[in-house]
Amino acid sequence: MTELYIRTDLTDLPDARGYFGEFGGRFVPETIIPALDELEGAYADAIADPSFHDELAHLQRTYTGRPTPVSYARRLSERLGGAQIYLKREDLAHTGAHKINNALGQGLLAKRMGKRRIIAETGAGQHGVGTATAMALLGLECHVYMGTVDIKRQRPNVFRMKLLGAEVIPVTSGSRTLKDAINEAMRDWVTNVETTFYLLGSALGPHPYPMMVRDFQSVIGAEAREQVQEMTGQLPEACIACVGGGSNAIGMFHAFRDDEGTELIGVEAGGHGIESREHAARFADLDISRPGILHGTRSYVMQDDDGQIMETHSISAGLDYPSVGPEHAHLRQMERAFYTMATDEEALEAFQVLSVTEGIIPALESSHALAEAIKRAPTMPRDSVLLVNLSGRGDKDLDTVIGVLGS
Amino acid sequence: MTNIREIHGLAALDQMFASARAQGRAAFLPYFPIGYPTYQASLDAVEAMVDAGADGFEIGIPFSDPIADGPTIQAATQVALENGTTVRQCLDAVRALRAKGISQPMLMMGYANPLVAYGTDRFVRDARAAGADGLIVPDLPPEEAGMFAQSCAREGLALVFFLAPTSNDRRIEMAAKHATGFIYVVSLTGITGERAQLPVYLTDFIARLRSRTDKPLVLGFGISRPEHARQVSDLMDGFIVGSALVRAGGEGVAAVRELAGSLRGAL
Repeated sequence: MTELYIRTDLTDLPDARGYFGEFGGRFVPETIIPALDELEGAYADAIADPSFHDELAHLQRTYTGRPTPVSYARRLSERLGGAQIYLKREDLAHTGAHKINNALGQGLLAKRMGKRRIIAETGAGQHGVGTATAMALLGLECHVYMGTVDIKRQRPNVFRMKLLGAEVIPVTSGSRTLKDAINEAMRDWVTNVETTFYLLGSALGPHPYPMMVRDFQSVIGAEAREQVQEMTGQLPEACIACVGGGSNAIGMFHAFRDDEGTELIGVEAGGHGIESREHAARFADLDISRPGILHGTRSYVMQDDDGQIMETHSISAGLDYPSVGPEHAHLRQMERAFYTMATDEEALEAFQVLSVTEGIIPALESSHALAEAIKRAPTMPRDSVLLVNLSGRGDKDLDTVIGVLGS
Repeated sequence: MTNIREIHGLAALDQMFASARAQGRAAFLPYFPIGYPTYQASLDAVEAMVDAGADGFEIGIPFSDPIADGPTIQAATQVALENGTTVRQCLDAVRALRAKGISQPMLMMGYANPLVAYGTDRFVRDARAAGADGLIVPDLPPEEAGMFAQSCAREGLALVFFLAPTSNDRRIEMAAKHATGFIYVVSLTGITGERAQLPVYLTDFIARLRSRTDKPLVLGFGISRPEHARQVSDLMDGFIVGSALVRAGGEGVAAVRELAGSLRGAL
C-alpha cells in the first residue's frame, strides 16, 4: 500500500468538538454550522480516500515543486559561530510561500464537494496569491477579501491575484487589515453558504479549519524531518518558525511533536517592541493578550479591558493579526512549544543578513524566525542543528524594505 | 429605587408572548445598540419605541468585529465604540431604563468576547441585577454555551439560540432543547440589514420548525417595513427589527418613533 500523502494520526488533537485542550471550538453564527459539519465530513471522507492523497501528491510534485529542499546555511552558520543552521525552503514552492500547500489541498476538497465559488481572505497577499493560483489551476471562481491598508503595502501581490483571474475585494471596515478581511469573508460565507467554499488561509477559525490547515501544511515538517536527518544524521536541537495565525509553524512542528529532543520555537511579531504596545506578540504581552474568542475559535487574543479586539502592528503584513491558531495556544500551555518574538528592527536585520550571507532574500515574516536563529545559534554547540522554516520569499516586501532602509 | 416589575426573566418573556398572542399578533422586539449615536440618544430611542408600542427590546452591546452584522449595524456599533461605550455602560443603560419605569422585557445582545472578558458568570448576574431578562449571543451556538447556560439557568434569564434556513433536523432539535425564552429564527442566509422583500420560503420554513418545537419563534434579519411586519404577524410569535431602526436612529429620535410606530401599527 502506498503511503498516504497527509499523515494523520487519529489520536491527534483536536477532539471531536474541535478543541486542542481548552482552545479551539466553533464560535460562529448558526447559519454556517451546518456548512462546517459538511466540511468536516467531506474532509474526513477525502483523507480516507487514497485517490485524494494521490491527486494532491501529484500536484505538489509536478506543480508546486515539492519536496522543497533543505539548504545548509554555511556562511550564516560560520558567521554566527554556533549551531549549524538549515533552512526549509518553502520560498521555493510555487508562488513563493508555503500558502500554496493549503490552497491546493482545500481547493481539491472544494472541487470534490462540488463547490465552484471560492472565497478567501488575505493579509500579506501570499494566501490570496496561493488561492488565486490554485483556483486558476483547478478552474474555480475566486474572490479574495483584502484590507485596504494591506492592499497599499502589498501592491505587487494585488496585481498578481488579478492576473491570476481572481477578484480582489477591498475591505474598508475596522482596521482594514487581515482581521477585517476575515470578518468580511465570514459575512460573505454566511450569505452564500450553500454555493461557496471558504478557503481559510491559516490554522485558525472554527473547527475543522485549524486541524485541516495543519494537516495540509504538515508536509513541511514531514519532508524537513527526513531531509535534515539525511543531511546531518541527526534530528535538530530546535525548529524555529514565525507565527502569525501559525500555519507554517504548525506545519513544521507537527512532524516533530513526539521528538522530545527537538525544541519547537515559534516567533511572533514584536513590532516596535512590547513596551510600545504596537506589536502582534499574543504570547509575550499578557497584559493585553488573554484567552478570548475571535473568528470562531478560542485562543489568545489581543484585546482591551472591555474585550474589544486591539489593532496590531508588524512590519510584516502576514504576522499582523490579533489572535493565534488554537493549537499553538495549546502547545504553549503544555510547554511542548516555546514562543518568543522578534521586533521589526530585528527582522529587518535578519532580512539583510540572510540576503548577504546566503543569497536568499527571505519574506519579512520568515525573517522573524531567522532573527531568533541569529540570537540563538551563537549560544549553541557547533555540532548542534537548528532548522528554520523559511516560509516565503521576500520579493513582495521590497517596497516595504525600501521604505524603511532607503534605496 | 423600587422595582416596578413583578416578574422577570423567562416569566416576563412568556407573559409578553401571551399578551401579544391574546391580541392576535406577533410581539414587536426592536434592536438598538447602546452608545449610538450617543449614550443618551440610544436611551431616548428605546424610550421612543416604548411609546410607539414595542413589546420588548434587544439591547445591543457593541463589538469591534461583528461578523453577523451588515454595514448599518457595523457602522453604528463602531460609532458607539468611538464614543467609549463599554459593557458596563450597556448594563447601566438597562438600569437607567428600568428606573424610568420601562417594564418591557429586555435582552442583552452582544458577541461572545466582550462578555467573556467581563466574566461570563459575573455578566449574567449583573445583567439580572440591572433588570435584563435574557441574553442573545450570535456567535455562541448551543454546543459552546455551557458556562452561559448554567449562569442563565441559575439567574432565571433566557438564553436564546438561533436557527437558520440552513439548519437541519439535528440543529433544530438542539436549539429546541437548549433555547430558553424563545428561538431566534434567522429569516435568510446572510447578515443583518434591510431587504426589500421577505424570502418566499418563509412559510414552509416556519412550518418545518413548528412541527419540531413549541418554543416561541421570533424572526429576525431583513425585516424593515410595515408590510413585512404585517406579513410575519400571523406566522411568528415575535419579530426583530434592527438595521432599519438603527438607520432611523442616525436621523434622530423622531425618525425612530415614527418607524417603530408604523411597524407596530401594521400588526
